[in-house]
Amino acid sequence: MKVSELQEHGFTALTLPDGDREIVGAYMGDLLSWVMGRARADAAWITIMSNQNVAAVAVLADVSCVILTEGVTLDENVKGLAEAKGINVLTTALPSYEAAVRLSELI
Amino acid sequence: MSEPLVFHYDVDGSDFTSAGQASVFVKRNLRQLGLDPEIIRRVSIAMYEGEINMVIHAEGGEADVIVTEDAVEIVLKDHGPGIADVEKAMQEGYSTATSSIQSLGFGAGMGLPNMKRYSDEMQIDTELGVGTTVRMKIRLT
Ligand SMILES: Nc1ncnc2c1ncn2[C@@H]1O[C@H](COP(=O)(O)OP(=O)(O)OP(=O)(O)O)[C@@H](O)[C@H]1O
Ligand SMILES: [Mg+2]
Repeated sequence: MKVSELQEHGFTALTLPDGDREIVGAYMGDLLSWVMGRARADAAWITIMSNQNVAAVAVLADVSCVILTEGVTLDENVKGLAEAKGINVLTTALPSYEAAVRLSELI
Repeated sequence: MSEPLVFHYDVDGSDFTSAGQASVFVKRNLRQLGLDPEIIRRVSIAMYEGEINMVIHAEGGEADVIVTEDAVEIVLKDHGPGIADVEKAMQEGYSTATSSIQSLGFGAGMGLPNMKRYSDEMQIDTELGVGTTVRMKIRLT
């Protein structure tokens, strides 16, 4: 499914510069080097981390979107950065596990 | 492309939050060169881990990326504390990162293993109190 379609299923877009991107699988984790090493290209990355480094990792690991859980949002400057780098970021009030379960029903 | 293409960056060691800029820049350049996306991804990840290590463990350094017809070579040079036991540092999970660095999401002890995994060749030259140079090569063919 396309990243933008997540909005119809309880995920709120914070940035959506590349909403047509297709989601292929997912990876859940908050430690950046694990994500770098294990997430596949085009995966959705589920995390509670929302600092600036997340934007860099998302670009370099080439994930299709970042899904912030537990209601985490982005600071304005990180939001601007994600936007500029073409990174889709969505948020949900669900905890990471429930968000992953939800996503797996969808993709 | 007969002449090798060289990119040089000074990696600022004082700013953890914006670390990774050199890698993001290299990625953009390699894209413009039209390299295979999977190769670009491997270069990006290997370089990012090395760049971050220079920032969090060595107060910054220099990065050179050399693109030739058959490989991308990444050279990361710092004048930090050096690595006492390289074999130990290469193990998954080994980290000396402080808890404040861990709170940013670093310090899993996975950086060097990732660099090894995503490069075809990797060499670490390090001396305590002098610095560390990491060379990685990702073959294009
Ligand atoms: N350039 C460097 N200078 C000095 N020490 C280094 C350098 N690079 C790595 N190290 C040492 O090697 C250890 C392991 O590095 P590695 O990149 O695998 O993990 P990390 O940086 O601690 O955590 P992660 O990369 O998962 O965020 C570091 O904790 C540090 O002690
Ligand atoms: Mg590291």
